[in-house]
Parts: sequence; structure tokens; C-alpha cells
Amino acid sequence: MQLELVKRDAPSSKMLVAAPFMALGLTVLTSGVMFAVMGFNPVAALYEYFIAPLTELWSVYELLLKAGPLILIALGLAVCYRANIWNIGAEGQFTMGAIFGSIPPILFPEWTSWATLPLMLILGMVGGALYGGIPAFLKVKFRANEILTSLMLAYIALLILDYLVRGPWRDPGGFNFPESRNFSDEQSLATLEGSRLHVGILIAFAAVPVMWFFMSRTLAGHAFKVVGEAPRAARFAGFSSKVLTYAALMFSGALAGLAGIMEVAGPIGELRPTISPGYGFTAIIVAFLGRLNPWGIMLAGLLLSLSYLGGEAAQITLGLSDKMARVVQGMLLFFVLGCDTLVRYHVRLKPNPKVASTPTASEAADAA
Amino acid sequence: MLLEFFSFLRELASFFVYIFSPTILPGVLVTVVGSATPIALAATGELVVERSGVLNLGVEGMMIIGAVVAFGVSLGTGNPYLGALAGGFAGIGTALLFGFFTVYLASNQVATGLALTLLGLGLAGLIGESFVGTPGVRLEAITIPVLSSIPFIGPALFDRDILVYLSFAIVAGVSYTMFKTRVGLILRATGENAEAAHALGRNVRLIRMGAVAFGGLCAGLGGAYLSLVLTAQWTEGMSAGRGWIALAIVVFATWLPWRALAGAYLFGGVIILQLHAQAYGLSIPSQAMNMLPYIATIVALVLLSRNQAVMRRNTPAALGRAFVPDR
Amino acid sequence: MTLRLGNDVPLLAVEGLTKSFGALVAVGGVDLSIGEGSIHALLGENGAGKSTLVKMLYGTLQPDQGRFVIAGKPTVVSSPNEARALGIGMVFQHFSLFESMSVAENIALALDHKPTPDQVKAELADFVERYGLSVDPDATVGDLDVGVQQRVEILRVLLQKPSLVILDEPTSVLTPQEAESLFGVLRQLASEGKSILYISHKLDEVRALCDDATVMRHGKVVARTDPRKESSASLARAMVGSDVSEVSRKAGSVPADAPLVFELNQVKYDPGTLFGMSLKSISMRVHSGEILGIAGVAGNGQKELFDVLSGEALVDLDAVRMDGHPVGSHPISKRRQRGAAFVPEERAGHASVPAMALSENALITRKAPEDGTLGSLGVMKFSAIHKLSSMIRDAFDVRSAKGDPAASTLSGGNLQKFVVGRELSRDPKILVVNQPTWGVDAAAASFIRGAILELAEKGSAVIVISQDLDELLQISDKIAVLSHGHLSEPLDASNVTLEQLGLLMGGDPTVKAFQATDVERSDAA
Repeated sequence: MQLELVKRDAPSSKMLVAAPFMALGLTVLTSGVMFAVMGFNPVAALYEYFIAPLTELWSVYELLLKAGPLILIALGLAVCYRANIWNIGAEGQFTMGAIFGSIPPILFPEWTSWATLPLMLILGMVGGALYGGIPAFLKVKFRANEILTSLMLAYIALLILDYLVRGPWRDPGGFNFPESRNFSDEQSLATLEGSRLHVGILIAFAAVPVMWFFMSRTLAGHAFKVVGEAPRAARFAGFSSKVLTYAALMFSGALAGLAGIMEVAGPIGELRPTISPGYGFTAIIVAFLGRLNPWGIMLAGLLLSLSYLGGEAAQITLGLSDKMARVVQGMLLFFVLGCDTLVRYHVRLKPNPKVASTPTASEAADAA
Repeated sequence: MLLEFFSFLRELASFFVYIFSPTILPGVLVTVVGSATPIALAATGELVVERSGVLNLGVEGMMIIGAVVAFGVSLGTGNPYLGALAGGFAGIGTALLFGFFTVYLASNQVATGLALTLLGLGLAGLIGESFVGTPGVRLEAITIPVLSSIPFIGPALFDRDILVYLSFAIVAGVSYTMFKTRVGLILRATGENAEAAHALGRNVRLIRMGAVAFGGLCAGLGGAYLSLVLTAQWTEGMSAGRGWIALAIVVFATWLPWRALAGAYLFGGVIILQLHAQAYGLSIPSQAMNMLPYIATIVALVLLSRNQAVMRRNTPAALGRAFVPDR
Repeated sequence: MTLRLGNDVPLLAVEGLTKSFGALVAVGGVDLSIGEGSIHALLGENGAGKSTLVKMLYGTLQPDQGRFVIAGKPTVVSSPNEARALGIGMVFQHFSLFESMSVAENIALALDHKPTPDQVKAELADFVERYGLSVDPDATVGDLDVGVQQRVEILRVLLQKPSLVILDEPTSVLTPQEAESLFGVLRQLASEGKSILYISHKLDEVRALCDDATVMRHGKVVARTDPRKESSASLARAMVGSDVSEVSRKAGSVPADAPLVFELNQVKYDPGTLFGMSLKSISMRVHSGEILGIAGVAGNGQKELFDVLSGEALVDLDAVRMDGHPVGSHPISKRRQRGAAFVPEERAGHASVPAMALSENALITRKAPEDGTLGSLGVMKFSAIHKLSSMIRDAFDVRSAKGDPAASTLSGGNLQKFVVGRELSRDPKILVVNQPTWGVDAAAASFIRGAILELAEKGSAVIVISQDLDELLQISDKIAVLSHGHLSEPLDASNVTLEQLGLLMGGDPTVKAFQATDVERSDAA
């Protein structure tokens, strides 16, 4: 049998919507099989993963809490990926945003005013944007591949954070723990009574319609798509690929940085060596699962957040390894990309072409 | 400030004197080879993949899967050779998964490579959960008589395990095959212009699958080296970005096998140098030392820009572009 | 291995060959037979199904129905390897060469007895001498001229020792003189008993070269004839299905006092790409209402010249002037604001984004304030964009699916009409167009040429870069030739000969003489 792809005249709009759901179905199916192989009741495990977290209010709050940064980062990444710029260093931009945003509460702990928090958020965005600007600069100036540079910078950012909280920014009254001082109320995002849910989540969800409008209704959003689809056509249109490269990377850096400072000024409340369970990488999955569309990203962000919570829940109730969550996430991305093929192609299985008895040249000569 | 800087320079100088002293240097060289070998293996494999026109960003994922499988199998069987073999096959397995998606389903190569890395890291963590803290079975050295007693390079190069020897054999074999044989000619042609290769009747997708599988084998062996030789234990995320560095080295080497080997040794040197500097007690934060390989990667990529002419001539023109034969 | 056959058995017969792509029947029940030693023309305009038919003959496509009979025996050609084993060799229209590899490596790749590049060099010498096709086996293919690249393709086929050679539009990249020497080689091959299938839409060539012809239209065979006994007009009628009204430019259409609109002054430009051609001191002047044709074989700097003219590549400020204003360092958008419009060669991917809807593609070059497509803060006005898009589609007879289909769903001719329409409907003062009718069917080509002439009559300055000499002679007032990055002095289109142009295209030394005098003159001034 041979696998055959036949290009569709135009992308199938039906498949465009159906593909992520097919991918989700395949992921559920495959992870169910894996649960069974590992000796767990697949139905119970799948229930813990995908349903249980939705049955209690506190865990719905947690769902929104984790979805916030994923959505915010993925919205920025989607702009990059639309423009065919492969920023995979959002984890670093997230971290740098957290570091920059923490400058006021850590270096000027006494300065508390209504302006403190807004300044922290702005600094977070600036930090992320500047850090995202580095791969842009290296790409524009030296043609260095942004995939590799942005990822290397992510490793570097994590080490910088580690250095700061173990060294100069360590809490002087913190018994030598690798932590910064705790942020005061003025330096933290207000939370919903009785939960860790903070107002930053509103920002993340409010960003969804804004980004939808930007990408689908403005010329600037259109420019990112044109340069991604056909770079020569973008040049012909008069869009500068340099400007777009800087814009995409710095913009996505800013959003990741904002997510970073909101994480430390929100549920964490201080700087630590580890401030993210891999949000920057999981957001890549969110962006693709959401088809690079802001509304899709919102749904995908909630789903991936669910997989984090489900992973924790299944570990507690069933003793299932928490590592399984990352496997499920990785699988999901694989299937999404595979199902994407259905949008652009008809996929067919075809028997091998018959190997008919072809006359050799000498046979042919005999025949004549 | 200036005074501090001068004292630091003096410290640095004495560190280098220490490193290059006849008593220390042989040991350093041994560790450099150890740190370079997994990167060299992975980079050489990826080089073949990219020469066929496929960009597999999942090297990190294939490596870590290779590491965990090699560790588990050698632990289970007690035979590290079986472990290394299993690591290689695990690499092939994950690579074929990637290949099926990118080559046969024409999925986006960059994104699918990322997916492979994420899945590989997760899966390896899951598989390896029970191995954490267990001492592994080490792949022992095979001493080559006479050669191993050459001062300095003898112990570093000729008193090593089979994977070190294999890494040299693979680089030599790839270099010869790529530029001196018909197979290599066809491979390069496929990466240069898949449509034309197809028009001449070459089975582009099969060639690419073969190259991808070879890349998986090499990455898996590189991973096996980590868990069977370099540390002989399993720790989560032990590939620590080596797969990504290998990817950078392929670019740095402008897709030439011997240059990739040299690049791997350069990086191996950087990694070892910073480890020794930390042990020596240089007054630099350890985090800054740990950054060195990543910074070096960025610097290497940037330096390449001065070499655009060479880059353009050797870059596989069809790199990263899916090929779908029309029917 | 050459096949020996009786005269009555054709070397290759094709019966009822059919191939569909979705709803489109590209080839429907085609019969074809080629005798030994015959030069057989396959005629048809773009989109008639010639290329699909040929791909099936060479095994890169599999037919849905029908059969091949080779030397009297029914056969399946399931791959190019098998086609070669059966003695079929193919010279592709878009060369299947590997640019960064050497000539010898390229040839080795196509030979099934698996020679090394060194063995190829030895085998090559004989063929080079016998057919007078000289080429350096160690040269990198990307560095060679297109004509030489074609020689490599032909040698590659000849080394396979085929009994049938298929050539797909081989002269589209050759000067008239090069084409003539190719015909010599083909006649020599035929006299050696090899059969040739010659695919073309150029009627004069076919009448001069071929002894048999099959004419295709819309995927079907519409005529089988001896082209030597036909007139060009009768062949054209068979090919197109009706008389195509051809447009033409009247000599002396440009008034003597027409103002200078566009000038290029000693432009030097190095694209810095791997196999690009740098421009060497190019100057030109175009007046209002004038059409300047730029002739030349592909790869002699056409792309680079277009980029310099459009502002996609920037040069010294004073090197390009529009209406007397220096614009050499101004990007494409600024030049558009000065009333210039551009149509690049590549319609899918350069002039348009294939995956995007026609309306979105309209916006690409129509986002100036006077187009009314954008509101404040760059918010797109979709109703205005749709209106613009349907205006273009109506005015330029763009046939497509209803609604707002993606550019990729349009046929080549219709997409080209859309792209040309998008630019012409701005009433540009200056139009630069590269290969206006490349790969376009006859009716659309005639429509596009007519639209260009109409624009010039309204007083616009037009620069047409084209490889199609007939087209340039038809619509230009003056023709200059681009060769190796040099531009010749413009010649009067009404009394220039094909031979003159061909010599210039081939890089005749007099081109440089023209160039030198041009420089001296501007130095003196």
C-alpha cells in the first residue's frame, strides 16, 4: 500500500475546524491505551485527566489560573508563527519579563504606590520584548537562525534567574533559601476572594479579542500573514521583513514577559529559581492546537491547562506519574500537525502500482 | 574595579597554566573526548538528515529517548552493548515517527521536530522514573595496544569505549559516502532539488526516510553515550540541550562531516573548560560558567555570517521543504 | 540499445490515454503514435494537456486509463527509471538540474548504469564531439548560462542512448541562433534513427523542423497533420479553436516631443545571491506613451533588473528617476505613490499569495489612501476591498469560482489577468512588467497585450521584459537586449530583425561597444 497526498485546490474549511478535534480524539485514544498498558483503568484515568478537574470550583479557578499565561504567550507566538518566524524561546522571554518586572519590589521594596504594579507590568513587557529582540537582531543582522538562538537564550535566562535568586537578589531575611523577598500587596495582583485567581487572568482573556481584531482586521496583522505565506510577495507589497521580524519577536516577547511578571506578582509572590512549569514550551502546543487563531488559542490554552491539572489529579488519586502530562501534551502536538495535513490534502491509501511485465529491449527487438 | 579585573585576569591566566600543565592536561583531554562524542554522533546524524532536505529539530528528543532506553536495557540485561544497540534502535523508532509525519504526511518540519523533542523529553521522564538514583552499567573502555600509550592523545583517543571509536568511524563513513559514492550523490541531489530528483525517478520519500532513520540511530547512540559512559546513571533531562547544540553545529559545519566533528570537539572543550573552571574555583558565578556552551552556540552561529559564500554553496537548497509527488 | 523496427510499426503508440485531477480532465482519451526516425510535434497552447501527457510518457505520472505500446508491445511505464530502460529520454522545460552540483554529477545522476562522475567525463567526450555540444564537465551548473544548462540536459539524455527523445518547449530559453543549432542536433539525431517528440506552441519552429504533428486542445487530440503542408494560421486555428485576434503596435505611435518619464542612469547592482546575475552599468530612458521592450534569455539579469526598477532592490538615489524625481533608494511603496505599477514574473508567490483570497491579494498593492481600502489605524475596509476585487475581476475577465476564491485555485491565465488588472486599474504613469504572458493561454495573452497597448496609448510609459521575441516585436516601440547584465542600446522595433536581436542576446561583442559609447556619451554630458 502507498500513502498518497492529493493537494486540495483550497484549504478545506471543514477540516480546519475538525482537525484539532480529531487530534484531541486521537490523543485521548492513545493515552487511554498507554494508561491500560501501564496497568491503570483507562476510563478512570481519562476521567481524572479530562473531567475531574472541572467538577470543583477551586480547580476551575486553577484551570483559569494556568490557562492565563499559556494563552498570553501563545497569542504572541502565533504572530511569530504566522510570519514564519520560529520563536521557541518564550520560556526565556517569560523569565526575563519576571526578572525585569521584579526590579521595583526587590531593589526598591519601600517604594509602594498605586504606580508600582503598573510599572512592574510594563517593565515585564519591556524585559520580554528586549529579550525577544535579541534573536531578531541576530537574525536580521547576521542571519543567525532564530530557532537556535531563541532557545539558547532561554537556557541563559533560566541561569540568570538562578544566579539572581541565589546571589544578589536573595532575601536577606530568608534563612539562605534561594528566594527573593516576598512582594507586598501593592506589588502584587489583586486576587479573587478565597482563591489564587488574580486580575491578570482578565488581561489574558481580554487579549484574545484584541489579537483577533489585530490579526484579521488590520493591515499590520495582514502583513505578518503575507510575509509568512510568501516572503517575496511581502517584499513586493512593501512590507519590510526586517521590521516584521523585530515586531513579531519583540511583540511575542512582550506578551511572554507580561505573563512572566504576572506569574510572580500573582500566585508565586516572589522570585524563585523555578517560576514556570514549562509554560513557554507548552504555549507552542497551544498556538498550534489553536490553529494560530486567537479564539482557538483560548480554547487550546484551557485544554492544555486541564492537562496540567489532570496530571496532578491523576498522580494524587491514582498514583499515575505526573510525567504523563508532558507525554500527553507532546502527543497532542504530533497529532495536531498530522491532522493538519487533512486541511491541505486529500489523503488516500492506494495499492502499489502493478509491476507489469515490461519487455526488455531485446525482447522488444525479437517481437519486431 | 580595575584592580578587581586585573586580579581576575591573573586568576584566569593561572587557571589556563593549570589546565595545560602536563599532569592535568591528559585528564582534561580524556574528558573533552567524552563530552564531545555524544554531540559529534548526534550532529553527524543530523547532517545526513539535512543533506536529504529534511530539518529534524527533534534531536534532543531522540537523544534523551536513546539515553533512557540504553540505560534501562543495559540495567535489565546487564549488557551495556545491548543497551547501546537498544538506544540506537530507540532513536530510529522515534525518528521514523517523525519521518512518517513530515515525509509522508508532509507536516511542518519545524513544528513536528519541536513536537518530537517535547514528546521525547516527556516519554523519557516517564520511562526513566524508576531508574532515578539507580547506578547503571558502564560501557567499559577497549584499550588499543601501543596507540594508547602515546602521551597525551593516547589515553584520550585509544583507551576508550566502543562508541568513541564508532563516532570516528561514522564521521569518516559519512564523509566518504556523501562525496565519493553514488548513494551520497543521490542523497545530496534529493536535498538540493527534490522535484528534480523525483523527475529522474529517485524515490525522494524513501531516501528521506532512510536519512531520517540514520539521524535517529546516531542521536540514539549519542544519547546512549550519556547514560552508559558519561554519567552511567539516569537523570531527567540529562541531554541538557546537547541535541540543540548538535543542530547548531551542523549549521556551523556548513554541512560538512569533518567540520561537524571539529565543531563537536570545540563545544566539548568549552563544556569541559567551564567544568574545570568551576572546580578550580574561578571567582565567576557558576551560572555564568554554565551559560558558556549556550553563549558559544550563539557566537558560532553569528560568526558564520562572515562565511555567507560557503554557507550558500553548501546549504541544501530544499532544506525544510516538504516534498509531495503529484499524482 | 537502438530498436530495429519495421516501417509500419510505430516506435511508440499511445491509445486512449486519460488523466484527471479532481474534476479537471487534463488528458482525455489521447491517441498518439510516433514513427522511427521521425520528428513529431505535439502542439497545443498552455493548459492543453501537453505536459501531463508527457509526464505520463516518462513515468512521473500514472494514467487513469489507456495504454502504451512500445515497439509493438503493450507496456506500463511506472517510473522514470523504467522509461529510461525502455529507451525514452526527456529534456524538461523547467530543467531537472541540480544547480550547486557539477555537470558530471548531474549527468551521473540520470544514468542507470551507475557511473561515477569520473566515468561520466570519459563517456561525455565522445558525445560532445559528435554533436558539437561543448560543455565543461567540472563546471557548477548554477554558474552556467541557461542555454548551456539546456545543453547539459540534452547531453544527459543522449548519454542514456535513448530511442525516443522528448523535448518540452526547448527553445523558450534560447536565442534564435541557439535554437537553430539545436534543430541541427535534432535533425542529426533523427537521421541516426532516433525518434523525437517535440513539444511546442511555436508554429514557425514546428513547420521548419517537424515531419508529423499532433495538435491538442483542452486535453483532447484535435488534429493529426503534416506541419510542412500547413500554414501557421491553419495550425493556430487548430490549436486555439478559433481565430485569435492579435493586437499590434503602430510604428511611430510616440510623439517626438513626448516627455521623459523614466530613466535609469548607469545602474550597477550585485544581487549577492548564489547564482544571481549582477547588472553592469545599465541606462535606459522611457518617454510618455512609449513601450520599451527588454529582450534576452532567462538568467541574464531580468529578475535583478525588475527588482531595481520596482524598488525591491535599492540602488543610488540618482540612478533611477521617475518624472525627474530621483527614486533609486526609495522602496517600492514610495515608487507606487509616484504612480508606478509593477507586474513581476512569478505570479504565484511574488505578485500574489497563493493561499490567500483574491480580495486579500488585491490589497497587497492597493493600500494607498486613494484606493480607499484602509480606514484609520490601518483597519481594513472589507467592503471596499471586495468591491475593488470584483471590479478588477469584471474589467479583466478573470474567470474563477464564485465568491472570493484563493489565488491558488485560478488557472495561470486568469491569475495573470487578475494581477495585471490589479495594476492597470490604477492607471499608472509607469508600468514595469516582467514576462507578461509567460505560461498563459493565447486568448488571455492577447487580452493582456491589448491592455498594455491601451495603457500606452493613454500616455503611460511601459517597460516590458520578455523572453518572447514575437511578443516584443508585436507591442514594443523600441527593443533593448539584456545579456550578461549588460543592456544594449534600444533598437527601433519596426525595422529590427530577429537575427540582429539574436546576436545581441547571444552576447555579441558589439553589445559591449554599445555600452561603451553609452557611457562615453553620458560622461561627456
